[in-house]
Amino acid sequence: MSSAPASPTPENQSRREQVENAVRNADRSRVALYGVLVALVGFYLAPLEAGLMTAFKTTNAFNTTSPFLPAIWPFASGGFTTGPWQTAFDTLWNGLVNSMLLAVPATILSAGLGSIAAYGVTTIDWKYQTLIVALFVAGIFIPYQAVLVPLSRLFAIVNTQELLGFLWGLPLMHEHYASIINLIVAHVAYGIPITFLLFRGYYQTLSGEMIEAARLDGASVFSIYRNVVLPLSKPMFAVTLIYQFTQIWNDLLFALVILPSGGGAAAPVTIALNSLSGGIITSFNTQMAGAFVAALPTLVVYVLFGEQFAKGVAG
Amino acid sequence: MQRIRDTLKRLTPGKEAGESEVEGQSTVRTDGGVVSETETERGQSLVSRDFLQSIPFWLPPFLLMGFFVYGAIGWNFVISLTDFSGLLLPEYKISAFDFEMYRQALNDPTFWTAARNTLVLLVAFTGLCLVFGMGLAILVDQEIRFENTFRTIYLLPMSLSFVVTAKFWAWMYNFKIGMINVTLRQFGLDFLAMQWISNPDTKLAAVIFALIWQFSGYAMVVYLAGLRAIPDAHYEAARVDGASTLKMYWRVILPQLRASTMSAAVVLMVFALKAFDFLYVMFGNNPGPAADILATMMFREAFGSNNWAYGSAIAIVLFLMALAVVAPYLYAEYRRGEL
Repeated sequence: MSSAPASPTPENQSRREQVENAVRNADRSRVALYGVLVALVGFYLAPLEAGLMTAFKTTNAFNTTSPFLPAIWPFASGGFTTGPWQTAFDTLWNGLVNSMLLAVPATILSAGLGSIAAYGVTTIDWKYQTLIVALFVAGIFIPYQAVLVPLSRLFAIVNTQELLGFLWGLPLMHEHYASIINLIVAHVAYGIPITFLLFRGYYQTLSGEMIEAARLDGASVFSIYRNVVLPLSKPMFAVTLIYQFTQIWNDLLFALVILPSGGGAAAPVTIALNSLSGGIITSFNTQMAGAFVAALPTLVVYVLFGEQFAKGVAG
Repeated sequence: MQRIRDTLKRLTPGKEAGESEVEGQSTVRTDGGVVSETETERGQSLVSRDFLQSIPFWLPPFLLMGFFVYGAIGWNFVISLTDFSGLLLPEYKISAFDFEMYRQALNDPTFWTAARNTLVLLVAFTGLCLVFGMGLAILVDQEIRFENTFRTIYLLPMSLSFVVTAKFWAWMYNFKIGMINVTLRQFGLDFLAMQWISNPDTKLAAVIFALIWQFSGYAMVVYLAGLRAIPDAHYEAARVDGASTLKMYWRVILPQLRASTMSAAVVLMVFALKAFDFLYVMFGNNPGPAADILATMMFREAFGSNNWAYGSAIAIVLFLMALAVVAPYLYAEYRRGEL
């Protein structure tokens, strides 16, 4: 404005001055906009950044240096260590393995069952169809507290080791794997409502013509799914697998309730991380390193498939 | 679904559009022609064959889910009518539905504190997340550069588990070396530095703030999808009418985001009900009266003190609260034909 002297009203301004002013104002609000956006980046990343810095400090260093700054020269001399990562990794390794053994099969099974259930319900024209859909979808909104007591009782009564041996003549597996199978069953059962909803939304948008063409060719419901719908479902499988993997990997509650006596050898990484604090002295550097180690798989999934993750959570 | 169904009706003999859908009756076309007997039978048998063939697809997942969801809730309700505090199975001595455990809850001050905190958490967390998320969505929607990067960063905390975020925030809120107090002291604001999570006055607010950090990105994603669905013509019309930016968003855009608000609010409330993990990691089995919610109280009673029946009764109360929130939403979706 100051560089446009003696032109208080638009009429007195030359056309060029008017354009310059408009551009300058637009620039100014753009700068403000980006300023706010970057400040918000700070808000979301500050805990993670400071946590990462802390995980590389000795206990003495994180008591004395600024939480945002690294423990290396020129910000601070000395106090840099990878010890917390070593401790965290050693302590959480067993939990990471258990979480993988749990999350991979449970993710695949829940996505697969959600897909076939959504296909089955979507392709039929039946008067109770809406009721079935409503019962599936309502399952998403159940507060898990309402099923915890029965769940813990159920898995206390059912001996998975012996049941599998009885039903399929499988040899007795280690108790630890039987516990993980119990958790897988629970995660699959409670995952079905959300995977059902995701796939149903997608199958509703699939073109009916293609399915109909296959039907008129005499294809059965099964072969239509196998040959037409399943190949078209790939993008939705990506979304669902990412969403379910994150959910199952991040769960604490079911593991607390279903695994006997605080998880023991079968404890997933969330339980292991929760008990990492141990003792009276809380060493935040080890805890922060542990939090990153435990979060690593979902962070990797998120960095690689951020777009699909966003699609998944937005339904 | 509607499209598939329309195609089905169009292409399936005897089930053409415009025909009566009542099965098993000889039907009259709207154009007056009478459907031949064979056509109707073919139509029926085709549909019922499809129905029969679809059963193996949806029934096993339905039974698995139904057993664990609806069966378990029923079982939980039965337990809540007993006085079970044993080790394995309750002795189902249901004393003629006297709702003893529910009566006990209503007379328990801890229950009322937890119920109040649950409501505060639900309302404050959901409301603030929606406001914050909508602000984020509007900012990100301004045709900015690096939009993907900003969006990715704002949504990032949601990929973390409650356990991880609770670890981070327990440290952030630490009185002596926590980032918040350290930063305040650096700016000479020592009087603002406080015991964020051990002070009853700030405890619940601190929890809600951390949860907003974790989930506001979700509200942003939902609102962004809603904003993108509004035709540009609506913005232009508001501009032509001379509406200010604020007025445009308040009067023109906000009302059109009603569906986004509804669906985001319901999902955020579900997250709030699951905030148990966060509280459990931060405060252990007992967060104390300032931050005790029904979920933590239920867990403590059932799994900490073996008061299974009492814990089950609290769980049923929590379930009814969730039902009161979700049932109207599901019904609205059903009425709109979205289900």
